[in-house]
This record gives sequence, structure tokens and C-alpha cells, in this order.
Amino acid sequence: MAPHLGTPGLHMLPGLHMLNVSHAFGSKQVVSGVSVFVAPGELVCLLGPSGCGKTTLLRLAAGLETLQVGRIAIGEEIVSDGASGAQVPPERRGVGLMFQDFALFPHLTVFENVVFGLADRARDRRQWAREALKGIGLEAYADAFPHVLSGGQQQRVALLRALAPVPRVLLLDEPFSGLDVTLRAQIRADTFEVLKQAGIATLMVTHDPEEAMFMADRILVMKDGRIMQSGAPAEIYSRPETVFVAELFGPVNRLRGQVAGGAVATPLGRFAAPGQAEGAAVQALIRPEALVVTAEPATTATPLRVVTARTLGRSSHLTLALEADGGRQLLQARVARTFLPEPGTTVAARVDPADVLVFPLAEA
Amino acid sequence: MPSTAAIDRALPATLLARLLPGRWTVATVLVALFVATPVLTVAVIALTPATDIWRHLYSTVLFSYVEKTLTLMVGIGIGTFVIGTGTAWLVTMCRFPGRNMFNWALLLPLAVPAYILAFVVTDQLEYAGTVQVALRDAFGWKSRQEYWFPEIRSMGGAITVMTLVLYPYVYLLARAAFLEQSVCVLEVSRTLGKTPWQCFRSVALPLARPAIVVGMSLAMMEALNDFGTVSYFAVNTFTLGIYDVWLNMNDLGGAAQLASVLMMFVILLIVLERLARRGQRYHHTSSRLQALPRYRLTGLRAGLAAAACAIPVLLGFVLPASVLVSYAIRFYEKTLEANYLEITLNSVGLSAGAAAVAVVIGLVLAYGLRLGSGAVVRTAVRVAGVGYAVPGAVLAIGVIVPMAAVDNAVDAVARTTLGFSTGLLLSGTVVAILYGYLARFLALSFGTVDAGLAKVSRSMDGAARTLGASPLMTMVRVHFPLVRTSLLTAALLVFVDCMKELPMTIILRPFGLETLATFVFQYASYENFEESALGALTIVGAGLIPVIILAVTSLRTRPGHGGPETAPGAC
Repeated sequence: MAPHLGTPGLHMLPGLHMLNVSHAFGSKQVVSGVSVFVAPGELVCLLGPSGCGKTTLLRLAAGLETLQVGRIAIGEEIVSDGASGAQVPPERRGVGLMFQDFALFPHLTVFENVVFGLADRARDRRQWAREALKGIGLEAYADAFPHVLSGGQQQRVALLRALAPVPRVLLLDEPFSGLDVTLRAQIRADTFEVLKQAGIATLMVTHDPEEAMFMADRILVMKDGRIMQSGAPAEIYSRPETVFVAELFGPVNRLRGQVAGGAVATPLGRFAAPGQAEGAAVQALIRPEALVVTAEPATTATPLRVVTARTLGRSSHLTLALEADGGRQLLQARVARTFLPEPGTTVAARVDPADVLVFPLAEA
Repeated sequence: MPSTAAIDRALPATLLARLLPGRWTVATVLVALFVATPVLTVAVIALTPATDIWRHLYSTVLFSYVEKTLTLMVGIGIGTFVIGTGTAWLVTMCRFPGRNMFNWALLLPLAVPAYILAFVVTDQLEYAGTVQVALRDAFGWKSRQEYWFPEIRSMGGAITVMTLVLYPYVYLLARAAFLEQSVCVLEVSRTLGKTPWQCFRSVALPLARPAIVVGMSLAMMEALNDFGTVSYFAVNTFTLGIYDVWLNMNDLGGAAQLASVLMMFVILLIVLERLARRGQRYHHTSSRLQALPRYRLTGLRAGLAAAACAIPVLLGFVLPASVLVSYAIRFYEKTLEANYLEITLNSVGLSAGAAAVAVVIGLVLAYGLRLGSGAVVRTAVRVAGVGYAVPGAVLAIGVIVPMAAVDNAVDAVARTTLGFSTGLLLSGTVVAILYGYLARFLALSFGTVDAGLAKVSRSMDGAARTLGASPLMTMVRVHFPLVRTSLLTAALLVFVDCMKELPMTIILRPFGLETLATFVFQYASYENFEESALGALTIVGAGLIPVIILAVTSLRTRPGHGGPETAPGAC
């Protein structure tokens, strides 16, 4: 499925460096002192809610915004310097940018779109464009206009168009958010293949953590213009450094307690609280999927009353009431099978201490 | 993080060279300044200490100019408000016989220049005109003394005539505003127990107020610009005063001083319009789109509504058009003898030339603004568009003064270095007239092109640029094909306004060069109006082109999508 880029040595292309970049629109600071490095062949994902400054970073890298503070280099070449305001214009940077709305030129055919960035002389690249269109199954549409294509087809054409001039850096702005949910997984997989073969330094922006996990070699989590945490996808998921990062992947259960003897006691068990002061108020975060729920009350497990049980198809979602110390707290659990106990019955839940994340209570 | 040694090194000279302002910034600012020069010239004159002309003017005519100009503006403001808003409300909110036709027909008077309606109305209403002759025949009157008849060549006449051709500005914008008002708001107010009239007064009218004020200020700008009507009716407004001081007293400096006072009125109108436009943005209510439920009018009320819409159309368009057609049929040979074809070619040539230049410059400015290089470019472009609000008489002075300066400078250089005089190279040539048209009508083409560009997604620019296209190539390969229709519309609008233009043409034209507008004006002044009717009809015919464009686009415009893209002064 993935078209081969057909140019040897692409993986040797140097990467993208953004150093201490800050940016403000008027009086509104949108990026504050962010540094990003994307190595050749690496796919780095900027993940964060809308308005966190991630798209601005992308536009700064492309040269579509003038850099105010910091420096940007592509390979060995400095392309933006905030201190002096000097900028290499976007057309001289050798970056490919794919927009959320794909931005296909409506007055040009699919083929003309793909070869837009190629010089008329670049006959081998034009040949490549033909073959690449065949590779993504769109050769029949080469002379059609973009508006007849489906969203998924437009996405693939836009990606080809960005790759055709062999950019040094590829920038993807929410590349899948314009697509149907049913299409998204397949196109994501296809795109992943194409990018891996292209071996270009790729910086992608998304607000969808699942997408980031699937695509990225490294994830940079952003909030309010700052990088909260960076690391491999598994690391971001299993060792979030803040409550914000932990909650990126969905709502979590919070159990409060105090640190005693280096651990916090909760109705679901005692969990180690490394790095927290003795006596400090803390919260233990447990993801809904980390709760192991069983129908038989076991002695080692905490009994919980079922409030609601709903199936989501591949998994079941339970709301459970935890009755302890005279209080009542609702917990959310997600079970990866069809498991629908009657409301009002009692079930047991356990949690692997390795899945529990302990943070100071003060943190939101 | 890898080593940052490479990124921390000194900046290479090639990168530092990019700190110079870009070609587009420079080009945009220079072009904008060029177009703005006439307006800036008058502004400079206004700030220069005056000669004793002031004392002279003050003791004689200044007060009268101010009074007449204000009376005219207020009269036309009220007139266009009543007719424009009233008819707009009727056709958007009510159902009565002929509503669908009036919806577009109410725009027709826009095709008739005020001076042509003035000639036609005078021709019909003066002592020897059709109406008075018929009255005398019917009642057996023998002389003027036996009956009273209103004097059409008066302030009241000027207000009436101009209101009849300028109300469509208010009608167009008020109608768009009424259509944009969500039905919900109106229905809510009705369920709260308001009568239709109360809805109009307390909900619809306040919501549409910004649009109506914009329309009124545009109409009043046109009124300030008018020369033909006030001259023919001998209503001594500022505009007429400028001509008087300039051409009859031969005092360019005095005329320029008067022009600078007139600019105050213009600035007042511009401020009014800008404030209203700003208000417009906050007056959009919910975006639910729905066919408006119209009040069905029956019997007498339906008849009155139809009459209220019919009268402006009949007086503002049907009357002049039919009079012109009948005269044209009777006197076309006289018109042809008077070099009609050559005169028409002159008009078409000048207008087409101005349209071409205005569209190219409009595109450069609109695209330069889109590339966005900060406050300097924005200010320059805005100043370049001000000419639309400035009366032709004022702009003509702004064209003459710098052109004479250039001519004199070139002449002086030629005399000292080459030993002969070059005389007047620019003044009194078609260059002057084209420059004047450009200064006045650029806003029209700029606004249209800008609205066209605004519909092209910004990511198109980004995509083309990152694919290696320079700003110029991006415009050529992406924007130009996408906004072709807007460019054509812009060219047509400028073309037609130039065809109708009288006040600047009459001053700036080369000696002996006649356009349709000056030809018709001349004949009317010599009481030979009917012999130029074919020329006047040609102007009205050309004037119908933008009316048709407006009718098509604004009838197609769905509520919530803003007004017609061709609203003048949009920059």
C-alpha cells in the first residue's frame, strides 16, 4: 500500500531543531520557552488540548509565522532567529506541511496537486508521483478534481503532495481529525507506513492521545504553551509526571489519603508514595482500565456495589460505589469483555500497585 | 536533547539580508501611497496656513456653503432612511402583490446618475414641460401667475432627485440586515406579545441600525460628490463652491482651501460609517437559518405596501428610462450627428483603462495586505481606499496640484540641462483623468478583490508556500485562478462608475475630449437635453450592469453570509 519514495539516502537527511521558542499573539502568550528536536527518520508528536500552542509551533517551523523568541534550524541551516527577526521564507525551507483541512487546490487536478511543488524539469519525480498515486490506489483519479474525492482520499493526496518535493522536515497538523472515525484507523496505519519508509524527520500535532501513541516515537505533551512531559508513548502513559498528563487518556479515579511510612492507605490497598513527604495529603490515581473487577467477592479484594453497568461493545463500563469510612465514592471501571453485573449486587475490585499513580493533592 | 552547538552559532549574512523589508511590503506601500497622493495632497493643503482667502470667503459665501451642504446631507439622509428602510422592511417581512418583483426592482434607480434624473425631472416639470403644459391645458390657465407649482430647481428638488437614486444603498444594506436577523429573535418578540409594528420598532430596527447607518453614510458621500445636480439646480453647496472659486475666480488655492473644509464633512461620514460597521459585527444574533414567515397583507394594506414600493421605482427608474427611450427614438439622429460614437468610444476607453489599472492595483494591495507585514502596510492600504469617500471636486484638486508640481519640476530640469521647455506633460492629459478615477474608485475594486481573497482558505497560501512557491507565484498559480470572478466583478464595477463619473471628468479631461457624461451635461445646460438622450440612455444602460450583479448576488446571498460582496467602501 505504501508507495516507496524511491530516493536513496533519505534517512540521512538532518532533522529539525527548535530552541527556546516563545510566541505571543498580541498580549496573549501562546508558546513559552519550548525546545523541540526531531531527528531524521523520527516521528515526534505534539500532544495537547486545543489552544495549547502546538499548531503555532508547527507554523513557526514552516516559517508561516515570524519567530519572536528563540531559534529554529533545519539540519545545519538556521532558518529563523527570534533575536534579529531574520527568517528564511517558507518556500526556501524544504519543509512539507499537511493541513488539517488538507488544503488541496480546488482548481487543479489530483495529479497537478501532487506535482505542484515539483519543477517542470523534475521528470523522475513526476514519474514517481504517477507511481505513488497508483500505490495509494488513486491512479484513476489523477485527472479528477479534489472535490470528487472522499476525505480519506484527499488526505492521501495531501500527504503525497507534501512528500513529493522530498522535504527535509515534514509537518502534519491534525492529519486525521478531518476523517471519518471508521476510516481513521486504516488511514493512520497507511500513513505510518509511508512516513516510516520516507525516513523524514516528522513533527505531528494532535489532540488525540491514541493517535499520538500509535504514530509517535516520542510524544511531547503541551499545556498552555509549555512542554509538560516528553518521552516514548509507553512512558507517557505509564509514568505521567503530572495529573494533567495522567488525565490526557481519559478521566481517572482519585482516592485521597495521607502518606504514612512512605505509602498511602486507600480502601483499595496501600500504595507506595515515592518522593512524597511523610504526612502529606496525596491522591492516588487509578485508571478505569487498571481496576480488575470480578463477580465473586474475594477476601483480598475490596467489595464494591454496582451502580450501573453498560456495554461499549469491546468493553464494559461499570460505575461502582465504594462505601468505606462512612463515605461513598463512585469509581469508574472499564473491563475488556462483556461483563454486566446487576446493579445493586456486590463485586470485588483489585488493582496492581504498579498501575497506581500517586501525586500531591494540591495538584489539580 | 542533542547538542545545540550548531544552532547557537552566529547568523550567516544570507539570513541577515532577509531582514530588509520584503519586495511585497515595499511594493504594497508604494502603490498605496501613489493612489493616496491626491487625498494626502488635500490633507496637506488643509494643514497649511491659509491666505486671506478665508476672510473673503467668510464674509461672502462660506456660511451659505455650510448651510446648503448640511441641509442637503440631512435631507438626503432622512429621505434615503425612510424610503430605503421602509421598502426593505416591506419586502423582507410582508407578502403583498408584486413583492418578488419589488425585491429586485427597488435596486433599479441605482443605475440612474442623479444628474440624469435631474435633467429628466426638470424637463418634465418646468414651465414648458409636459406636466405644466397639461395642467394649463386642463384648467385653461394662461400664465405662470395664475397657479402655484413647485420650483424643481431648488434645494427641495435636489434632495428629492438625489434621494430617489441613492435610497438603494440603504435599501440594500437594510434588507440584508433584516434577512440576517434570526427568525427566532422576531418570533420570540412576537410571542412576548409585541405587535408587528412594535417588533419593527423595538427589535428589527435597532438590530439593523448599523447597516442602515452605513447605507445612509454611503448615500450622503454620494450626495457630497454630486456636481451635476447641484450645478443644474444652482444649489450652492461646497462642491459647487469649489468649482466656482477654481474655474470662475481662477483661484486654485482658494478652491483647495474649500476642498479641505469639505474633507471635514467626509471625515465625519467616514467615522460614522466605520463606527457603524464595527457595531454590525456584534449585532449578529443566532445563526439559525429559516425562511422568514412573512406577514400576509390584504386589501387596502396590500395596496398601500405595493404603492410604497412602486413609487420610488417609478420615479427613480421607470420615468427617466421611458423619457430617455422616447427622446432617444425621436432625436437619435441629432445625437449621432454630435459625434455620439466617438464620445462613447472615449468613455469606454477611459473607463476600461481605469478599470484595468484599478483591478491590478486592487489585487496587489489586497494580496499585499494578505501577506501581512504589520501596521505600515495596513495603514497605507486603508489610506489608499479613502478616495471613495472624497468628492470628485476635492480629488480633482488633489490630482492637479501634484501633477503640476511634477510637470514644473520636469520642465525646470529640461530647461537647465537640455535647454528647452517640456511644457505640461501630465496635466490636462488622459493620465490625469485616469489617476483621478483610480484615486476615487480603487476602494471599489480593492473591496471586491479582498472579499474574493477572503474566501480562499489561508491554508492554501501555506500549502503553496511550503511547496516552494514564492509569494508572487502563489498569487499567480493559486489565488488568481480562484478569484477570477471577483476580479471581473471588480473591473465591471469600476468601469461603470467611470462611465457615470462627471465632477472629476469635467475638470480633468484634456481640452476638447468629450465623454458621455460631459456631453449630456453640456447639452442639458444648454436646454438641449433631449438631443443628448441617447447618450444619457447609454450611461443608464451601463449603470444597469452592476445593478444586475448586485441583484443576482444579493438575492442569492443566504442570511448569515453577510451582505453583498460588492458593498462599496468595504476596506
